[in-house]
Amino acid sequence: MSTQSTIYLDYASTTPVDPRVASKMMEFLTPEGEFGNPASRSHRFGWKADEAVEEARSHVANLVNCDPREVVWTSGATEADNLAIKGVARFYKSKGNHIITSKIEHKAVLDPCRQLEREGFEVTYLDPDDKGVISPEAVKAAIKDSTVLVSIMHINNELGTVNDISKIGDVTRDKGIFFHVDAAQSTGKVNIDLEKMSVDLMSFSAHKTYGPKGVGALYVRRKPRVRLEALIHGGGHERGMRSGTLATHQIVGMGEAFRLANKEMEEDHKKISKYHEKFLDKVKEIDHVYINGDLNNKVPNILNVSFNFVEGESLIMGLKDIAVSSGSACTSASLEPSYVLRALGRKDELAHSSIRFSFGRFTSDDDVNNTLDILGNVVQRLRELSPLWEMHLDGIDLDTVEWNAH
Amino acid sequence: MAYSKKVVEKFENTLNNPEAFKVGRFDPKDANVGTGMVGAPACGDVMKLQIKCEPKGNTHVIKDVKFKTYGCGSAIASSSELVEMLIGKTLEEAKAIKNVEIVEALELPPIKIHCSVLAEDSIRQAIEDYEAKQ
Repeated sequence: MSTQSTIYLDYASTTPVDPRVASKMMEFLTPEGEFGNPASRSHRFGWKADEAVEEARSHVANLVNCDPREVVWTSGATEADNLAIKGVARFYKSKGNHIITSKIEHKAVLDPCRQLEREGFEVTYLDPDDKGVISPEAVKAAIKDSTVLVSIMHINNELGTVNDISKIGDVTRDKGIFFHVDAAQSTGKVNIDLEKMSVDLMSFSAHKTYGPKGVGALYVRRKPRVRLEALIHGGGHERGMRSGTLATHQIVGMGEAFRLANKEMEEDHKKISKYHEKFLDKVKEIDHVYINGDLNNKVPNILNVSFNFVEGESLIMGLKDIAVSSGSACTSASLEPSYVLRALGRKDELAHSSIRFSFGRFTSDDDVNNTLDILGNVVQRLRELSPLWEMHLDGIDLDTVEWNAH
Repeated sequence: MAYSKKVVEKFENTLNNPEAFKVGRFDPKDANVGTGMVGAPACGDVMKLQIKCEPKGNTHVIKDVKFKTYGCGSAIASSSELVEMLIGKTLEEAKAIKNVEIVEALELPPIKIHCSVLAEDSIRQAIEDYEAKQ
């Protein structure tokens, strides 16, 4: 089945590779291209590949204003999160065994934390406020003498809400605690200035910013120095922090994608803000919709909406030519509704009813207009099918009903 | 998850043509109507099934059915499939319907079997409600 007729509004999940990025990557694969191993020191094939890798490293560093020597290539943000969290915790375990993170982190942060708990570490999972924000005060209040690491995401992947990592960094630096930030959703969306912020480690992903899947990076601060225990050994690449032959074409792709993001962030932002506004206006015309997250403190490329009395997966099926994702249990392998929405204190039924729309560089006016043309109608038709909507219209308070759960 | 073609068809037909697919409601106080409602909003699915019956010999026959379902596409398709099976059946025959028949008809994957269980529960409840009124 061709996916070309389907409208893609799931950019927070992954983005297509920008064609300019793809053509650059092609130069580093074939016999005619620079296919060498960047670690080969004895011939020009290696030197050329190494040059390309270092140029890409500079592009990544430029986007977030750090020293290129602070960028460590990984296979993606998940590996970067694992390396930061497990790497720092294990290296500094003689200093303390307490880690602070939040309940709305990506699984790539939560699961390494769970693993560290099994290894004897203690982890505090902070609650967000009802808008999905982790406050610097909450971080401060959770710090103990044994705290070695705080890991808080920059932009939440389901809600788009933004945490004040600059202020959180001030808290952790003051206490001499390492601060890791998962910034997978941030690059190309908001300005990041690592020179100005007291962030010690930051994870990046290429494929959320029009680069290829399978590559990411971890920023590891040099001053004050952060040390970590490697997860992967074998060859001592990336100053021993991440061994393995560098994937030149992937890295070049990430570099080019981040270079373009730096150049076109403003333009992308302007276009996407326009779509966000249009979407929001139209969605608000539908009765009983709830915007999840904080409209005053979020990126415009993500819009998370709960359509009350309608189940999210059925809405996705109803919007059959539109690719979006849902916090509904039915779309997850675990059959649990979104843990992020539940952490905000949203009722389970609103988590089941949530849809995340996310826009990007290649979203068109037609994509937005065509989606909005059918959205209200599909919600209405599903409500006609919904016994909850019927009860609501009859004036029954659903919270007082004794349900026959099975 | 990719859906079976049958689920998609059933879901879309029900959504596009609700009346023909028996979406709606009877007056629950009607003595000839039995109502069953199972599931919970917090779990992500609620199924409401109503049967309208009349006596025939020493049993009762389901003459018409209405339903409404809040839930995933498979839950909606499962109720719609069940509704089709019910019309014209005696209460004894209806009680004998098993969820596996819905699973087979719609080719539901294991993760969606609970949708068919919900459908089976709703018919049981509707019959109980009807019988209590007689």
